[in-house]
Amino acid sequence: MSTPILSVRDLVVEFPTRRGTLRALDKVSFDIAEGEVLGMVGESGAGKSLTGAAIIGLLEPPGRVAGGEILLRGERIDNLPPEKMRRIRGRRIGMVFQDPLTSLNPLYTVAEQLIETIRTHIDLSEKDARKRAVALLDRVGIPAAARRIDDYPHHFSGGMRQRVVIALALAAEPELVIADEPTTALDVSVQAQIIDVLKEICAERGASVMLITHDMGVIAETADRVAVLYAGRLAEIGPVRDVIQRAEHPYTVGLMGSIPTLTQTADRLTQIPGSMPRLNAIPQGCAFNPRCTRVFDRCKVDRPELIARAGGRQMACWLYDAAVQGEAENV
Amino acid sequence: MIAFILRRLVQSVIVMLAVALVSFALFRFVGDPIASMVGQEVTLAERAEIREALGLNDPFIVQFWNFIARAATGDFGISYRLQQPVMELILSRLPATLELALVSGILAFAFGVGFGVYTALRRGSWVSGTIMTVSLIGVSLPTFLIGVLLIWVFAVELQWLPSFGRGETVYIGNWWRTGLLTESGRASLILPAITLGLYQMTLIMRLVRAEMLEVLRTDYIKFARARGLSNRAVHFGHALKNTLVPVITITGLQMGSIIAFSIITETVFQWPGVGALFIRSVQFVDVPVMAAYLMLIALVFVVINLIVDLLYYAVDPRLRVDRANAKS
Repeated sequence: MSTPILSVRDLVVEFPTRRGTLRALDKVSFDIAEGEVLGMVGESGAGKSLTGAAIIGLLEPPGRVAGGEILLRGERIDNLPPEKMRRIRGRRIGMVFQDPLTSLNPLYTVAEQLIETIRTHIDLSEKDARKRAVALLDRVGIPAAARRIDDYPHHFSGGMRQRVVIALALAAEPELVIADEPTTALDVSVQAQIIDVLKEICAERGASVMLITHDMGVIAETADRVAVLYAGRLAEIGPVRDVIQRAEHPYTVGLMGSIPTLTQTADRLTQIPGSMPRLNAIPQGCAFNPRCTRVFDRCKVDRPELIARAGGRQMACWLYDAAVQGEAENV
Repeated sequence: MIAFILRRLVQSVIVMLAVALVSFALFRFVGDPIASMVGQEVTLAERAEIREALGLNDPFIVQFWNFIARAATGDFGISYRLQQPVMELILSRLPATLELALVSGILAFAFGVGFGVYTALRRGSWVSGTIMTVSLIGVSLPTFLIGVLLIWVFAVELQWLPSFGRGETVYIGNWWRTGLLTESGRASLILPAITLGLYQMTLIMRLVRAEMLEVLRTDYIKFARARGLSNRAVHFGHALKNTLVPVITITGLQMGSIIAFSIITETVFQWPGVGALFIRSVQFVDVPVMAAYLMLIALVFVVINLIVDLLYYAVDPRLRVDRANAKS
């Protein structure tokens, strides 16, 4: 396999506070291959958005990358000087935020914002940049783009604004797009359209996508692989079919069990008892052990590392430790 | 848009009438103008004659009506004290006040926005800390004390700048006496302008800083950064413009108060402006001048508010409702 577009190795993000340092991401590692869509799921506060922010270099102070490395096509980008990192943002890594109603500057027309973004990264005349901007808007599905481009954000509906946001994020044709809950703030009827637009355009341009969401439906339809985060640690990562249909990590099993399906009828959805630990109270050993239904002694002492399993899956769970050994011999 | 301006103009007229009524009513109770106009040896009969001549015996409504009718044509009567037309008196002193107010307003706005942006962007640096601490002094020290301190340091001890007056002045056109064109005029302007503008500057600065910090946390700023825009574009193109609406409001109102409350500064520096004229008039119960002055200040506030409203339109497209309606 060629070099992945993005490679995250043992990423640690910390927030120094008055009462000690909080570890918000703890040794998270994953790759995104060329043209691949990686879904990132987890409960609120699991560190999904933080991972995205760390990759694009926009962690809110005092948050900081305290360890590990982030490689974009094999080059380290987590320790670049701010000015170099700025040139990567928008040009090589694009980002789509959650709320289209607040992502656009209300005082500038869509044209002004698009042209500014295009001309920041690509050496184009005002006129050519405008042409490109109209083409982009047209591509993301804004009707009468040539006319609408001079409107202000408040003239557009939520779904239309998110299309504008996508056009802005993709204005300089980045290789990687981080979409941070791009549909959460939208009407259900519009969500699918937005995801389709995002997926199509990225596929068309060969851009990889890191799709952050807690909507398993979106993941199942869109992603190639999925990473499950729990309390700032990666619980499981693997091809989307395997993880969803044959969930193995007890947390993933719980997560899947809590999603209603049309084919099965159940009186009650299963739920995972308890809630995710706070960052200052992560238990020893596996972070999930107090809520795990299959917990045993070792889980409360040692932290499980990600272990490679068959079919490109990786899992951090002691349950599969021995099994892995057995399978490894067979492979 | 036109309808909006017309509506505002009608409102302005009502405001002006209300101010006229209040000030006129108020001045009936400040004392007997005749007593301060004439000497002790004037007989009661003569006093009654003057009273009658000035129309002070007419019923209140008649007096008020006469006042309004004449004020509408720019005639505020004759000053009791100086025996000159009030309009002439005020116009001859207005340039001094306007120049002082304008210069200190520009200083306050420029430094206020500059320091505000700086302290918001470099939060935690020692320079910002120093500016913030010093600005506390600007907010809390009364104007006259700042004026006196400045005079003591720069005029008395260092002897760099004059302590009072306007310096040399020259005429532009027939009646605008300016101090801006002569060296001594400019030198004389510095201390009063700082005194008058310091409070406004710290106010604008603190407002800009707070607004700026607020805006820098918004999603569209994050998104602008995520698109790789330069810091300059993010800070000045995107963030600063979004802080302007509240800043314009406050600056506009402050500009009004700079003109209105230049009284103290003018008194401290013996600046020959309308503020000083007003203070003398109060001492002599010179009702026509006081009334005209209050009307002038009301006019200034009304005009500034109108300008502020129009500036909103220029800055914030969301307020241009007509256009949006026409489109959708």
